[in-house]
Amino acid sequence: MKNIYTLFICLFLASFTNAQDKFLTKNGTITFFSKSPMENIEAENNQVLSIVATKTGQMAISILMKSFMFEKALMQEHFNENYVESDTYPKATFKGRILSFDKITATESATKVKGELTIHGKTKEIVIEAQAKRTDDAIVMSGSFFIDLADFGIEIPSVVKNNIAKKIEVSFNFDHKPYKK
Amino acid sequence: MKNQLLTTFLILFSLQLSSQDLLDVLDAETPETSNVVTATFKGTRIVNGHSIENRKKKELEFIISHRFGRINTGFEELFGLDQSNIRFSFEYGLTDNLTAGLGRSSFEKTYDGFLKYSLIKQKTGANSFPFAVSLFGSIAAKSQKAIPGNERTFAESLFYTAQVLFAKKINSTLSFQVTPTYVHRNLTAINEDPHDIFALGFGTRIKLSKRVSLNAEYYPQFQKLKSIDAKNSLAFGVDIETGGHVFQIILSNAITMIEKGFITESTGSFFGGDIHLGFNLSRTF
Repeated sequence: MKNIYTLFICLFLASFTNAQDKFLTKNGTITFFSKSPMENIEAENNQVLSIVATKTGQMAISILMKSFMFEKALMQEHFNENYVESDTYPKATFKGRILSFDKITATESATKVKGELTIHGKTKEIVIEAQAKRTDDAIVMSGSFFIDLADFGIEIPSVVKNNIAKKIEVSFNFDHKPYKK
Repeated sequence: MKNQLLTTFLILFSLQLSSQDLLDVLDAETPETSNVVTATFKGTRIVNGHSIENRKKKELEFIISHRFGRINTGFEELFGLDQSNIRFSFEYGLTDNLTAGLGRSSFEKTYDGFLKYSLIKQKTGANSFPFAVSLFGSIAAKSQKAIPGNERTFAESLFYTAQVLFAKKINSTLSFQVTPTYVHRNLTAINEDPHDIFALGFGTRIKLSKRVSLNAEYYPQFQKLKSIDAKNSLAFGVDIETGGHVFQIILSNAITMIEKGFITESTGSFFGGDIHLGFNLSRTF
């Protein structure tokens, strides 16, 4: 019985020390690019929050949709009003795990991130290929992947179907620093 | 028994802490931002009158507006379609908050110029503010030749309008605007006509779908032109948005599309059938 108590007290203490095992960034960058015959649309968000738990390799990302900046103000308004509906769905999130997190070293190498991406209130399981490196005071992750707008219930009206690509290229770059609460 | 309770408690407590969701940490770390409320109205006009919406810096908007004749003129006039008034204008964002416009109406061959300035924005989050305030000023100059013997100077052809626009977006579906308005005319048709007219505009937008909204606008006046038996302006519109275009279909008792005209010179009785069908077409470059 005594042993069990000791175990729980250890777990209890360990849950406090978890805080130092997290790496966080508040100004990660996500850009997306839509290539179509009529026009290219590009937007950048450099206030993305991302966190990595080093014990488990778990990763979470939180993206404020209204922080995407477009070249044209009208595009930005339409993006928020008509496509991602930012008033109803203010955030996009990702929750998942970096596969083979233990193998990441100070030299940049390829890895995979698997998890659930939620945009526009719709969730989809995805696997992303990423470049990653890890030192004592930083975890850097970058990469790009394609998302299909139809998977997230984002409709493109027929009049602008030549202006917006069905598959959007999303690029990301996160420079996580040790997170101290 | 006591030990079991304590054990259960410790298990639950440690489990809860260790499985603390990473997303919750991110939520806690998200800085509180100040969000400017956008798209209170789709276009820069509610129906005939201006909304608080401005063109952004370096954006140029070209607007063509039409008002046909009265629907109750019957089949011979094809319900007013034989008669048409047009205004076209270029409206340009000097800054994100200041829009300048130049327009020309076929009705009395009138030129108009305006400035609209967004003074206060509606905001949520940090530094929130419940409504938006814009200022509007315009000058209109009638250039139609006067009847011989009734000549007027250039100064006598001028009209001035000043408006303060208060708007609130209640939610993504519903927006309101209240617009105190002052119109001054340098020359009146008869002595009994007031030079200065005050009006209080009311406007609203109800979003029917992502790209379609229903708009309404009413401008009761505190003084009226006696010479033409002026009525208060009442108008309804449907906005349809497609990419860089906004298309508005309008039913209005006014035939003109500038403030001094539709607010003070409308003679139609809306519910008597004196309704003008109209369109506003806008393209932003």
